[in-house]
Amino acid sequence: MTRFHLGKGMPTRVVACLALLFSIIPAGALHAEAPLSYLVGYGMRARSIATLTWALMLISAVVVIVVVGLLLAALRRGDSFAAFAPGTQLPVARPAGGASWIYVGVGISTLVLFVMAIWTVVTLAHVANPPRTDSALKIEITGHQWWWEVRYLSPDVSREFTTSNEIHIPLKQAVEVELRGVDVIHSFWVPALIGKTDVIPGQANRTWIEADKPGVYRGQCGEYCGEQHAHMGFEVIASSPEDFQKWWDSQLNTQPGAAPEAAQAQNTFIAKCGICHTVRGTGAGGHLGPDLTHLLGRRTIGAALLPNTRGHRSAWIADPQHLKPGNYMPRLELSGPELTAVSNYLDTLN
Amino acid sequence: MTTTELDRVPEVAPRDYGSPLASKLEHLWATKPGIVGWLGSVDHKEIGLRYIVTAFVFLLVGGLEALVFRIQLAWPNQHLLSPAQYDQLFSMHGATMILWYAFPVLTGFSVYLQPLVLGTRDMAMPRLNAFTYWVYLFSGLYLYVGLALGSAPNAGWFNYVPYASRPYNPGLNIDFYALANILLGISTTLGSLNFVVTILHQRAPGMSINRMPILSWGTLTISVGNLFAMPSVTLAFFFLWLDRQFGTHFYDPPSGQPLLWQHLFWMWGHPWVYVIVLPALSMVSEALPVLCRRPLVGYTAVALATVLTMVLGFGVWLHHMFATGLPNIALAFFSAVSLFIVIPSAVSNFAWLATIWTGRPVFNTAFLFFVGFIVVFVIGGVSGFMTGSVPADWQLTDTYFVVAHIHYVLIGWNLFAVMGASYFWFPKMFGRMLDEHLGRWNFWLMFIGFNVGFFPMHITGLLGMPRRVYTYPDGMGWDTLNLIITIGSYVMAAGMLLFIVNVFYSLRRGVVAGPNPWDAATLEWSTPSPPPPYNFVVIPTLASRTPLWEDRLDEGPYRSELNEGMPLDHGKEVLGTSSLDAQPNVILRMPEDSLVPLFFALVLTLLFAGLIVKFWWLVVTCIGAGLLLQLIWLWPRSELRERRP
Amino acid sequence: MSTVVAVSRRSLPVGSVGAHAIGWWGMVCAVLTEAALFGYLLFSYFYFAIQPRQMAFPPQLPPLWLAAPNTVILLASSVAVWQGERGARRDSRARQVIGLGVGFALGVVFVGIQLLEWHSQPFGLSSNAYGSLFFTVTGFHMAHVILGLLILLSLTIWSALGYFDRYYSAPISIGVIYWHFVDAVWLAVFFSFYITPYLGLRHGP
Repeated sequence: MTRFHLGKGMPTRVVACLALLFSIIPAGALHAEAPLSYLVGYGMRARSIATLTWALMLISAVVVIVVVGLLLAALRRGDSFAAFAPGTQLPVARPAGGASWIYVGVGISTLVLFVMAIWTVVTLAHVANPPRTDSALKIEITGHQWWWEVRYLSPDVSREFTTSNEIHIPLKQAVEVELRGVDVIHSFWVPALIGKTDVIPGQANRTWIEADKPGVYRGQCGEYCGEQHAHMGFEVIASSPEDFQKWWDSQLNTQPGAAPEAAQAQNTFIAKCGICHTVRGTGAGGHLGPDLTHLLGRRTIGAALLPNTRGHRSAWIADPQHLKPGNYMPRLELSGPELTAVSNYLDTLN
Repeated sequence: MTTTELDRVPEVAPRDYGSPLASKLEHLWATKPGIVGWLGSVDHKEIGLRYIVTAFVFLLVGGLEALVFRIQLAWPNQHLLSPAQYDQLFSMHGATMILWYAFPVLTGFSVYLQPLVLGTRDMAMPRLNAFTYWVYLFSGLYLYVGLALGSAPNAGWFNYVPYASRPYNPGLNIDFYALANILLGISTTLGSLNFVVTILHQRAPGMSINRMPILSWGTLTISVGNLFAMPSVTLAFFFLWLDRQFGTHFYDPPSGQPLLWQHLFWMWGHPWVYVIVLPALSMVSEALPVLCRRPLVGYTAVALATVLTMVLGFGVWLHHMFATGLPNIALAFFSAVSLFIVIPSAVSNFAWLATIWTGRPVFNTAFLFFVGFIVVFVIGGVSGFMTGSVPADWQLTDTYFVVAHIHYVLIGWNLFAVMGASYFWFPKMFGRMLDEHLGRWNFWLMFIGFNVGFFPMHITGLLGMPRRVYTYPDGMGWDTLNLIITIGSYVMAAGMLLFIVNVFYSLRRGVVAGPNPWDAATLEWSTPSPPPPYNFVVIPTLASRTPLWEDRLDEGPYRSELNEGMPLDHGKEVLGTSSLDAQPNVILRMPEDSLVPLFFALVLTLLFAGLIVKFWWLVVTCIGAGLLLQLIWLWPRSELRERRP
Repeated sequence: MSTVVAVSRRSLPVGSVGAHAIGWWGMVCAVLTEAALFGYLLFSYFYFAIQPRQMAFPPQLPPLWLAAPNTVILLASSVAVWQGERGARRDSRARQVIGLGVGFALGVVFVGIQLLEWHSQPFGLSSNAYGSLFFTVTGFHMAHVILGLLILLSLTIWSALGYFDRYYSAPISIGVIYWHFVDAVWLAVFFSFYITPYLGLRHGP
């Protein structure tokens, strides 16, 4: 009966490997390198959840190390048998002491689970509802295949407006979000700020969002919604209350009529694009696609697909199916001059 | 042989597999020769092997699907596959693995092993057994016809509405999925019914419920679970099919409720994930102690933990819906139960550790797989623990963290256990050992490949990578990890391939195994390898859980009677016993080989084919043919003692 | 000193006898799973009824004046088949055939009346959620009834052919379990669709 050699250093090596694997996680946690990471939170909700998540992770790591350690120790102790000829009779016994493993192991597990259940419920109570405030800012977000319609609400109806795919919020203020679905189920998710809340047609789900550091926070649809689920992103930009107000005011401006020399471009735009898109102040009033009134003010196009540059805009208009196959903007078969005209017009949409 | 005896005192005969009695039983129980015998066999061993082989084929196909889309995901912004193609591939991968591999492979092992470990000669309903296999096979072919036509399901295996409803998915894709699932569900439900009856009614005398092999606790528990869970998913798909074909309003807003789909699906779906792992855990609980030269530590605790897991499994389904906007009180309750359900799994975990610690392990390939299984088991368990906490789940859900979790529990808890079980029971099934050298390579390639392939998914998930995406942008922190994942998955595939090579090699050249190559304790090891068609020449009477170890363990005054028993040779006969104490109470007659189960399965499949193309006359004809076949099947027979002789 | 346990020498019945029959156990399991099916069907109905966005109940609720007598007819058919089963236990072929046959006939009447009721409904399967639920749930029940009728017809014919006596009558017991189950399900469906609206369900949460 030869001993099977696991190797003297084997348990150490295994533990080292596990430790290495687990340590990759903190390394990747930095927000700048992983925009959709939620290991660090930048608002009260996400921070609470991140702490809980780290605790769960640490406990998990300890459990794995302890159990694997026990397993390896069990393999190394005592007598063991290498493979033997089939049918060989080997000794059989029922040594005592096995049951206490179950009592101790399950006892410790139960305690840990109980503590984490309490922590869970406390965190849930902490983050579920927004802090009460009289001046609650409210936005209504409608999830479409595969873009986000954002409507800012106000007690003064003349101050309401619609934009798409980019959400601005003031620092350190809870913003109520009402989620509406008009086609399939999506999920609203800004990992650095909040967990997911589904967008379900036929019911209005509510969540709230708050950032306490200025910055750009990436969002992503969190529920499979069809071919371009992968490219249904958005951005949340948190700025000081003054900057936020300035932005809001600028969004209320409608686009002026074009100067005579640019009228041709605008007319081309309205004719080709106005059925689906809206530019407030012009004849383009379609609601099938994103509102483009202040397109140039946005950082990305195509629901955070590409940076918002003239080159990308032109490429998109020329062949949206190439960049985001399956999305509902058709190839328009624009001629060269038409494409230039529309791009020129879009360049004016500050 | 009397034809009119209403009851009798059974004879007693010695256990001799070479006697005239054995020849007579061989003649009574052997499958008829030729194609009729092959297609009409009701022998549970043949049917069990068919289930296992078919399930492995689906495993390989599902694995290939994943290997293809892992190429797409190895680097950012790839377009090897269009989004539409990718969506069909990942949906088929999930469906194939969870529905057409994970449960049928366990069914196959159970169908093969249960009569042998219980000390009986076949399942309670052998024709139903054959039928459930054919329907399983045909339902899988039905689904893959959809793929062949370019209309495979594309809304994910979980198939959420409204995306799976007609306005967003007008083609046949979802109809194939819905109908294939309903067809498979018939097989699953009836198969479970067969196990419940067999395990509760046909155990060897003296095999009281607490002497039943732990293996049978796994199968019995999930079979009862299936009876209660399966109708939910059948209904979910039936409602969907009605919505899509007849304009009903179960799911489509504003009249319908999209969340109803999720409730009905997950009320089945969560119990299902326990259905596809608990029998695998029981296989480990059965085989690992043999390889540690001692009985399982905590048999009672493990048996009760198995049942408790299944029961609690019906009370956690909402944790798949934490982000859907449900009331906080519901979230808190379901989160608490989801954490609590870890406890019975911990019982099994520590039972295994204790068994190894206090035992004397045999380091062969089967044992390696069980050790690897425990490592992967605990990692899968803790990732589940993490997602059970509702606020954490709001971040973790629908990211690759969940993909990591599900693969650790599916590959870890199911596949690794199945691999170990294959190495352990292959000698019994085929009379030859699997090659140990190939086995080591098989294990290490799979274990290393699996962990390299799937552990990094925890990390990409924590870094926010969403699920079900056909590609991803660069600069998100996911690039290198995805490449590592793809490489790992290919290494694991190589390991899997080695297993197939080992099987084919060992069938011809494997070391000959006798009846009990592992010197194991339970009844299946008291028969020849492979067992004759009738399994046991005489029915044994049991006095403990480990009949073949009684003398050496010497734990009480009583010994099982293995050397003589009832021959039950007046026809194809098995012994029926009481459900708790296993006291003999009836001699049951078993049916001969029959083509009716196959025909009925064909008619049923044809009916479903008629449903998808809407040939209503075909549907009606099949209903008529089916009823006729049922009449033939169930017509009371004299030789089965279903009517006055 | 160890003792080997003895092989049982009791006299045992042979074949499908009473509650030891395989088919009896099989039918119990089948009843459990079908009961679960109806549980999920009724769950769906109540789920709709309690949603904040209310399911619209029809202005005319399903007619009690048809369904209530129909319920009595179905209950009576259960009594009849019970008598048929007793006939088997008493070795009375006549009682078997009459009991099972009358049960079958009453079941046919039940189906007929329900089809009439369906026809008279102002709403259809695809009118709205309520219509979809009503016809699907009662439709599932009707399908189970029709299957039960086929079972009862077969049992009646087999009884007439003299297949069953007091020793061997498992098929009758098995079929009767199914029929009682169908009856019990009807009581649940009847209560859910015909009674609960009057108990306040139609007004939602």
